[in-house]
Amino acid sequence: MTNTDKLETAFSEALMIEKSLIIDDLTYQSIPEWDSISHMVLISELESMFDISLDTEDVIDMSSVLKAKEILNKYDILF
Amino acid sequence: MLLSGKTILVTGANRGIGRAIAIKFSNEGARVVLCGRNVVELESLKASIQNDNPLNDAIVLEMDVSKYESIKQAFLTLSKSKIVLDGIVNNAGVMKDAALMMTTEMDVREMFETNTFGTIYCCQFAVKNMLKQRKGSILNLSSIVGLNGSSGQSVYSASKSAILGFTKSLSKEMGTFNIRVNAMSPGFIETDMTAGKSDEYYERNLLNIPLKRFGSVEDISNLAVFMMSDNSSYITGQIIGIDGGMII
Repeated sequence: MTNTDKLETAFSEALMIEKSLIIDDLTYQSIPEWDSISHMVLISELESMFDISLDTEDVIDMSSVLKAKEILNKYDILF
Repeated sequence: MLLSGKTILVTGANRGIGRAIAIKFSNEGARVVLCGRNVVELESLKASIQNDNPLNDAIVLEMDVSKYESIKQAFLTLSKSKIVLDGIVNNAGVMKDAALMMTTEMDVREMFETNTFGTIYCCQFAVKNMLKQRKGSILNLSSIVGLNGSSGQSVYSASKSAILGFTKSLSKEMGTFNIRVNAMSPGFIETDMTAGKSDEYYERNLLNIPLKRFGSVEDISNLAVFMMSDNSSYITGQIIGIDGGMII
């Protein structure tokens, strides 16, 4: 599975949305499925998927799919 | 057995209440993740557990709850090993009795960093771990002193009192994920933390306990088993006193 596949799977399972909806422009709280509750699940899914522990600042900053990719880059996960 | 199939992390597992809880959990069928600063003592405990329960694959993790990075690394190790927690007991704590005027800044920091911040950060990482299966049980150790206060323990009391508000709030935040968060407030429990006090100290405290005995680590571990088990599945946000009715 590529890193993009992993990212889409994490978002899809955490937010319970179709993978086709996971585009760079998708932002936090722009859809009902990505609320503060599912955001916590998303963080857990991403950490599990990539075997990392996200810093709290990064959890707060993860405001879009594009931003998630940028943050994951800091953990040597490239897209 | 009440905890069969469960994986439960215990902080400060190397001695006292934490050690008793870990052993009791193991005897109830749980796989225990033994955390603490003293790895030698933890390995000894693991050997003892596996001597009594040869099939128990207990895990030893070095963790200093007063240090964020140490907690983070321990939980990252769990995550990389794909170990999902069913429960955590935030037991690690320090108590330094002193009148406020005699309490050093270092002691204030140590008690808050271990008792309060350690509990908060362990919960933060544990919750992320538990979210994977959308269930879990968190048990934080407060103290009767955190509830009622005690002369000569103002800072210890403050560090334990903070856990009460934290527990109640976190239980509301985590309820939607079926993660239960509770605290227990032990009264006078005989451990190495209370050893070495004067006879007068013991006698004075006994007068305030209607059940006329001090608590034991077994009393605490029995409650911890219940709180980690599915028998307590409708209990969250509670502060459970275990103090023999002690009045302070």
